[in-house]
Amino acid sequence: MSLYAQQVDTGVTRVQSAEEMSPEERAFQERIDAGIKIEPKDWMPEAYRKTLIRQISQHAHSEIVGQLPEGNWITRAPTLKRKTVLLAKVQDEAGHGLYLYGAAETLGVTRDQLYEDMLAGKLKYSSIFNYPTASWADVGAIGWLVDGAAIMNQIPLCRCSFGPYARAMTRICKEEAFHMRQGYDLMIALSQGTPEQKQMAQEALNRWWWPSLMMFGPPDADSVHSAQSTRWKIKLFSNDELRQRFIDQTVPQAEYLGLTIPDPTLRWNEERGHYDIGDIDWEEFYNVLKGNGPCNRDRLRTRAKAWEEGAWFREALVAHAEKQEQRKANREQAA
Amino acid sequence: MKEWPLWEVFIRSQHGLAHKHVGSLHAPDAEMAINNARDVYTRRNEGVSIWVVKAADIVASSPGDKVPLFEPANNKVYRHPTFFPMPEEVKNL
Repeated sequence: MSLYAQQVDTGVTRVQSAEEMSPEERAFQERIDAGIKIEPKDWMPEAYRKTLIRQISQHAHSEIVGQLPEGNWITRAPTLKRKTVLLAKVQDEAGHGLYLYGAAETLGVTRDQLYEDMLAGKLKYSSIFNYPTASWADVGAIGWLVDGAAIMNQIPLCRCSFGPYARAMTRICKEEAFHMRQGYDLMIALSQGTPEQKQMAQEALNRWWWPSLMMFGPPDADSVHSAQSTRWKIKLFSNDELRQRFIDQTVPQAEYLGLTIPDPTLRWNEERGHYDIGDIDWEEFYNVLKGNGPCNRDRLRTRAKAWEEGAWFREALVAHAEKQEQRKANREQAA
Repeated sequence: MKEWPLWEVFIRSQHGLAHKHVGSLHAPDAEMAINNARDVYTRRNEGVSIWVVKAADIVASSPGDKVPLFEPANNKVYRHPTFFPMPEEVKNL
């Protein structure tokens, strides 16, 4: 699996044939093949339910952890305009997390449990958020590249087989377009600024280019769970296909900025009608995935701290609600 | 800790339209549910009115009953105006 939900285990080692399926499983697959959405109360194979819980919750966690790299720059945004835009964007990410936790909860899990599993390291989030934001230009590069890559993956998911996930993705995609544009707008401003500012933009592109390409997940040949997810229509295009589309879309955008993609082997392949790129360092990808990226520990520590230090507040709101409820009951009794 | 209850959120997108289900959220009480719904579901002027309903209070038909539940309407095609072919020369029908 790719993007905000990486390496989602489908719990199966190979795709079942129609003969191996139970009558219920066959009816379920036929429904998916006919393009009819699955809704939470419909019968579904346990593996489909579990895979979706993992995929949607990883996606939700990515939105929440994804607030951190950019949140890092809110207090130091160079102008009030950039600051309000960045605040709105980071607030959107919280909203996206919330839509997705809501979609996951329709499958019979609770948000608090999913969240605690993430804090305990049992559920993952996208490894792209384990990279640091070294300069203000990284905020632009994230909007342009990371959100751009996310949109590439998420637009097809608006048509995925599970109704609540598809509906959440539709809302998210509308808002992501703002995220990508504000990032590119920031990159334009820096690229057309002083030589130092342009240098900042180039360095940010250098830092985020390869990790953005890794967001699409390992090459198709190594993507073990893709076949089943594709069959279930919770994955609609292959990792390599989406990665290629992203490269083809992004190279001309970098050219407009007058920036250089940090890949000396990058060139247009007339025959294929696509750009060819150099080798991706998959060892780095797996290493970050395993928890050894530059910020893995820091990200989880920050999230755990906020969760723990906010506990008294969440509890106080419950106590307040219960007290109001009790008062109302007393008043009704007295009347 | 006790988990905040789940609320379903319905938004009227413009005056004159019905409220439509947009999603759900957690909140300790109805007032907070409305406030959170405003922040989560109407950040871009998506609505002029919000309803929140505790998810536990919603009664839904069950997907297994789909066939018997909706069957009565299936064999009553005469309820649709297209059931009655009209002569072409007659207007305004």
